[in-house]
Amino acid sequence: MKILVCISHVPDTTSKINFTEGDTKFDTNGVQFVINPNDEFGLTRAMWFKEKQGASVHVINVGGPETEPTLRKALAIGADEAIRVNTVASDGYYVAKQIANVVKEGGYDLVIGGRESIDYNGGMVPGMVAKLIKANFVNMCIGLDIDGNNATASREIDGGKENINTSLPLVVGGQKGIVQESDLRIPNMRGIMQARSKPLHLKEPIETNSETQISSFTKPEAKGAVKLVDNVDELISLLHNEAKVI
Amino acid sequence: MSVLVYTESEEGKFKKIALEAVSYAKGIADSLSTSVTAITINGEESNELGNYGASKVLQVSNDKLQNFNAQGFADVIAQAAKQENAQVVIISSSANSKYLAPLLAVNLEAGFVPNVVDLPLSTSPFKVTSSVFSNKALAETEITTNIKLIGLAKNAYGLKENETSLTAEDFSPNLADEDFNTTVASVEKASDKVTIADAEVVVSGGRGLKGPENWGMIEELADVLGAATACSKPVSDLGWRPHSEHVGQTGKPVSSNLYIAIGISGAIQHLAGVNSSKVKVVINNDPEAPFFKAAEYGIVGDAFEVVPQLIEKLKEFKSNNA
Ligand SMILES: Cc1cc2nc3c(=O)[nH]c(=O)nc-3n(C[C@H](O)[C@H](O)[C@H](O)COP(=O)(O)OP(=O)(O)OC[C@H]3O[C@@H](n4cnc5c(N)ncnc54)[C@H](O)[C@@H]3O)c2cc1C
Ligand SMILES: Nc1ncnc2c1ncn2[C@@H]1O[C@H](COP(=O)(O)O)[C@@H](O)[C@H]1O
Repeated sequence: MKILVCISHVPDTTSKINFTEGDTKFDTNGVQFVINPNDEFGLTRAMWFKEKQGASVHVINVGGPETEPTLRKALAIGADEAIRVNTVASDGYYVAKQIANVVKEGGYDLVIGGRESIDYNGGMVPGMVAKLIKANFVNMCIGLDIDGNNATASREIDGGKENINTSLPLVVGGQKGIVQESDLRIPNMRGIMQARSKPLHLKEPIETNSETQISSFTKPEAKGAVKLVDNVDELISLLHNEAKVI
Repeated sequence: MSVLVYTESEEGKFKKIALEAVSYAKGIADSLSTSVTAITINGEESNELGNYGASKVLQVSNDKLQNFNAQGFADVIAQAAKQENAQVVIISSSANSKYLAPLLAVNLEAGFVPNVVDLPLSTSPFKVTSSVFSNKALAETEITTNIKLIGLAKNAYGLKENETSLTAEDFSPNLADEDFNTTVASVEKASDKVTIADAEVVVSGGRGLKGPENWGMIEELADVLGAATACSKPVSDLGWRPHSEHVGQTGKPVSSNLYIAIGISGAIQHLAGVNSSKVKVVINNDPEAPFFKAAEYGIVGDAFEVVPQLIEKLKEFKSNNA
């Protein structure tokens, strides 16, 4: 089985969100970038398929050279090879087209992405890839097993979960649950050393269009100060009369 | 030309987010001088959609579409959009809509913007405002394709009544075999519980509650308010509560009217997922807890004293206001 894991390179969850160039660009100054958390859960499940079922695992990022340390981290966690499509990730559709092209050329059976990337919260790339390559698709995936050509997956739904039967080729949008938090791996020294000599292929992008374009960013208005109350009667009265939520 | 809106239902009944999506669709249709067509798969009593501005409803009833299936549902909505010559397609931000959205976008060659919080800034060029960076920023985005797909953020626009005369038509989509390559084998769901996604009020507990044995009062408070229960990430990692209750940046998003956080410190990753709730109430014994800065109301106090009092007084309040 050939697995491709999509890795989105995102600001660490504690990052301060600021913009530059007249509020048109995300300000990367002092920001630490990491593997998108949803992708890290998926990558860890891919390592399980590698170790238990002999799968080969490649990782991909569509982005500039600045994303390479993130791809190297994925190699240090255990992926065999990395691919970087050398371009600016202008929107979700554009990224999906690039990944779909790599999937077709590489003959991957399973593509694992994340439910959403924590920066632009698009939640669209894996589903678009699935549709573009005519593969099956499971989103918000919290469990995945592959047996030959058959796949069983679970999906988080409002208030519970759904167990799904499907088949390869398959694309999933993963999240916590596809493996548990405690299964995540911190790269060790040996992994980091090995990652240095693993292949990181550069690919030029295919020609394709974007469908959306961000023109500017704003920050939400600062909210007023908290009203501290010292008894529950006052709280109930405020929630009823002022906030009108009960 | 028209604006098409996908209206979700559960057991035949339209969800509040569906009515909100119709209200929003009406707002857009007005600025484009056109009308709103709604599509429902298995929804009953579609008259209700006329109260919020739909002038036509396409009703799909098909045994094969009894259960949600992203590929099949996306295919049906795409066919409706083509028939209606829809220029804008509106969906909600429910888990199901988020699942089918990318499939629908590719099918229609429509540029897709999720988490949209308001009516378009302009319709030519077509520009919308959406929430990004887990509610820490807003982006203005231009959609450059002919058809535009908009995912409306929950509770951002609200319900707007708009009495419109409504005609209903049956719609029979052409379903393909590929629409059923992914099938649901079973569902595990606590059916009697209000879900975090649907709830108007969410009561959430953190590590400050010390252990799973203390969740009785959280559940009771939720009961009194008709609320869903939720928790912080460590609480679900410790196994005190199920993972499905974990809210925040890496858990479920919450956009309820009221979010009550009890014994939760207010770490940035927690706030990222709950900030779009309208009113946040914090109960914490540490006045320095960061959550107070992000909240509308707060009580500095011991949860084990405050929560039982709150339950008792709310019961009184509810019986007086019933
Ligand atoms: C990559 C990443 C992603 C993350 N994603 C999420 C996420 O999605 N959701 C999330 O929640 N967290 C997330 N976290 C974890 C987050 O950083 C915090 O660790 C977590 O939210 C803290 O949970 P807590 O507030 O329940 O616990 P604590 O930080 O331990 O806070 C407990 C609070 O309870 C108060 N308290 C104690 N006793 C009482 C009492 N008797 N009465 C009242 N109050 C009391 C304390 O004053 C304290 O403020 C993430 C972290 C990382 C690194
Ligand atoms: N530039 C990118 N390169 C590789 N994978 C990506 C990229 N952007 C998004 N993805 C994948 O798609 C998922 C959803 O991203 P998004 O649609 O941007 O929210 C992410 O979790 C990644 O798995």
